[in-house]
Amino acid sequence: MTTATLHDVRLSGAASDRNYFNDEYGALSWFLTKDHKRIAILYLISVSVLFVIGGFFAMMMRIELLTPEGDLLTSDTYNKFFTMHGVVMIFFFLIPVIPAVLGNFLLPLQIGAKDLAFPKINLLSWYLYMLAAGIGLIVIVTGGVDTGWTFYTPFSTQYSNTHVFGTTFAGFIAGFSSILTGLNFIVTIHRMRAPGLTWYRLPLFVWALYATSIVMLLATPVLAITLVMLMIERTVGVGFFDPALGGDPVLYQHMFWFYSHPAVYIMILPAMGVASDVVAAFTRKKIFGYRFVAFSSLAIAFLGFLVWAHHLFVAGISVYSAMIFAFLTFFVAVPSAIKVFNWTATLYKASVSWQTPMLYIMGFIGLFTIGGVTGLFLASLGLDIHVTDTYFVVAHFHYVMVGGTVMAYLAGIHYWWPKITGRMYPEWWARLAALLVFVGFNLTFFPQFILGYVGMPRRYHAYAPEFQVLNVLSTAGASVLAVGYMLPIFYLIWSIWNGRPAGKNPWGAVGLEWTTSSPPPKENFHETPVVTWEAYDYPGMMKAMGETQHV
Amino acid sequence: MMVADFPLWPEQASTFAKDVDALYIFLIILTGTVSVGIFLTIFGLAIKYRRRPDNELAQDYEPPKILEVTWIVVPTIIFMGLFVWGSWLYFHLARVPDDALDIYATGKQWMWKFQHPTGQREINTLHVPVNRPIKITMASEDVIHSLFFPYFRTKMDVLPNRYRSMWFQATKTGRFHIFCAEYCGTLHSGMIGWVEVMEPTEYQKWLAGGSEGSMASQGEQLFQKYACNTCHTNDATGRGPVLAGLYGKDVTLSNDTTVKADDNYIRESILNPQAKVVKGFNPIMPTFQGQVSEDDMMKLLAYVKSIGQNTAPATTPAPAGAKGTNP
Repeated sequence: MTTATLHDVRLSGAASDRNYFNDEYGALSWFLTKDHKRIAILYLISVSVLFVIGGFFAMMMRIELLTPEGDLLTSDTYNKFFTMHGVVMIFFFLIPVIPAVLGNFLLPLQIGAKDLAFPKINLLSWYLYMLAAGIGLIVIVTGGVDTGWTFYTPFSTQYSNTHVFGTTFAGFIAGFSSILTGLNFIVTIHRMRAPGLTWYRLPLFVWALYATSIVMLLATPVLAITLVMLMIERTVGVGFFDPALGGDPVLYQHMFWFYSHPAVYIMILPAMGVASDVVAAFTRKKIFGYRFVAFSSLAIAFLGFLVWAHHLFVAGISVYSAMIFAFLTFFVAVPSAIKVFNWTATLYKASVSWQTPMLYIMGFIGLFTIGGVTGLFLASLGLDIHVTDTYFVVAHFHYVMVGGTVMAYLAGIHYWWPKITGRMYPEWWARLAALLVFVGFNLTFFPQFILGYVGMPRRYHAYAPEFQVLNVLSTAGASVLAVGYMLPIFYLIWSIWNGRPAGKNPWGAVGLEWTTSSPPPKENFHETPVVTWEAYDYPGMMKAMGETQHV
Repeated sequence: MMVADFPLWPEQASTFAKDVDALYIFLIILTGTVSVGIFLTIFGLAIKYRRRPDNELAQDYEPPKILEVTWIVVPTIIFMGLFVWGSWLYFHLARVPDDALDIYATGKQWMWKFQHPTGQREINTLHVPVNRPIKITMASEDVIHSLFFPYFRTKMDVLPNRYRSMWFQATKTGRFHIFCAEYCGTLHSGMIGWVEVMEPTEYQKWLAGGSEGSMASQGEQLFQKYACNTCHTNDATGRGPVLAGLYGKDVTLSNDTTVKADDNYIRESILNPQAKVVKGFNPIMPTFQGQVSEDDMMKLLAYVKSIGQNTAPATTPAPAGAKGTNP
């Protein structure tokens, strides 16, 4: 083997026989591993299992909502299902999925490092996540929880007789997993970049992970404090939020959203990073306005802290604070718009491949755009009064968090699958799944915008008959979507043994991760790489190709 | 609506509805155009510049940097316009007209209770006259609820620890949905009802249909039942401040700050009397926390309001009694 070079565009290369999979054997070699790649695999399996559980709850709700009457589930069961759908999907899937799976696997590879800065803390993060998920699963099988994932007081502290304590405790523990991952990433990005890899040479995925990590580190402790206060009030009766004890229920909402709004950016920023990397690789072009895209991630992370009260426009804040938060909310939309426009402009005079990851990212840009512009409806104060707490909001945040984050995650898992496993996934099946996900998603959630404007409130077990047509459409879409989500689970597993060997760099992409073998060796690079090129240096690659007359 | 099974927006049944719908439709056109523009651009470019041979590279060309400035400045200006428009609507909703008819609402798991100033009480149905501003003052007996009138395009969360108020003016008679929009437990989706908008004459007829006396007179009885009148006498000799003429005035407190004697001040002074003690009085009043129900609280409030108006009718012109006639 020669040393790694950037401009190695061979479509296949002899795989090194030693890699992180076969370096060690046995269960203990996985459960006590400090290798970021193995920890990423542990996360991949765990979040996939929780995604299926969260999806089950969603499917049951959609079937219940086929008819206006509450006939399949009791009201209490329905309330528990939407609560546990939210808790599982947000705390145990959407927040960790891209940072903990793709970020863990790729961050050291993309910056030319052997591992994260604190490998043992990285493993601890996974164990904390598993402990929290375990508590969450115990709650689910022993009766569940019915407060909504937002745990609004005084319902959660005085009135609910379900497992509020267990669930909030699980959220509290999961928070520490998030904090430690954020800390680990920040230190790694600062201290462990390969020689020559300056900040402006970093892939935009790394910039996005950096911004995400800052939010994780600064916002999650507030969630922890809030949940502890809730647990104390519920068990010991100290009055923070309960009016009978001198507390204020709206204070809870302020504290909860001070974390949970930035949490939306914990979910979407890494997705934007994946989109940048995939757009560059599948257009063979440097992302237009690289620095604007990089700094827009930091701008989103910063502004994301200043808009929490836009969840409270009808909840009991003054007219003037509502105006300030609405004003800032419009500002946070600007950096998101910058990214969308830059990705679009990158396609101009590019070499666009229609392979699966790019299909998902085109879907991502479209769905995220719809999710983003409907946020403008909600930021417009007088209009928010009508649409808040209706299905319009449900549709809006699913477009951002599912249409955005999940689509980008699927793009990323397909894009880096050859690197992770050394095998190609079956392209035909993957394109079919991408199409099903896109069509199913829109059919599921687009009708919900209309449903919300017509006036159907969210979290309704039974509804007025005039809402039925749109609900039936939505459920039909959900079944297509479910098939689209299940397909990759099967063909990706199949491809681990049966896929075509991928070689180092099946996409002809630029980036340090594509200069090492697939799957990478335990230490990632045989020699520490030295970086002499800009991020996404496809023009440089073109020059190199001209010189070597390769392929 | 022609296609009753498939409405795209609910009927416009309040003065507020068409203003909200105008912003909604404007936003659909604006964001729809921009979104479709982006989709078509992406799709068009992805087809035009599709990769033909596998090893084809992109052309070495960058669009002009001025684009960056354009798509930062232009959206920012548009967003500021939306901000102003949305805030204008919000102000409109926050400003209750002076001649609004007062109605009191209580949310509890899982029903809406309404009281009219003349004393009529109803559950999950609200009778109101058409073409007259209606102000609803509301509180919750337990968890947070949200009173939602989709056909009037308005909603407001109902809190257990203070009064909040909302208003609307219905523009057509008929029956319109009331929903609870904030999740409140088992039968959240059953916490629904109807608002019956009636011609003013019909409403008068309905009001005449029997009651237990006006809210204010019921409040006066409670005022005696809870022995409030032993301290809050009608002259300055009592141990508590005189309440006649109090409502809506500024009150100087023992720490020399002033507060306005509004709904929430009166409520707080009953439930947590030590919080804001009037200057010159001793903090001797006991709390009524847990003794006065939300319904009774509203009647007491109506009573305090009514004696406030007796002495100072000029500040609050809306008649609270049975004199409620349409304009």
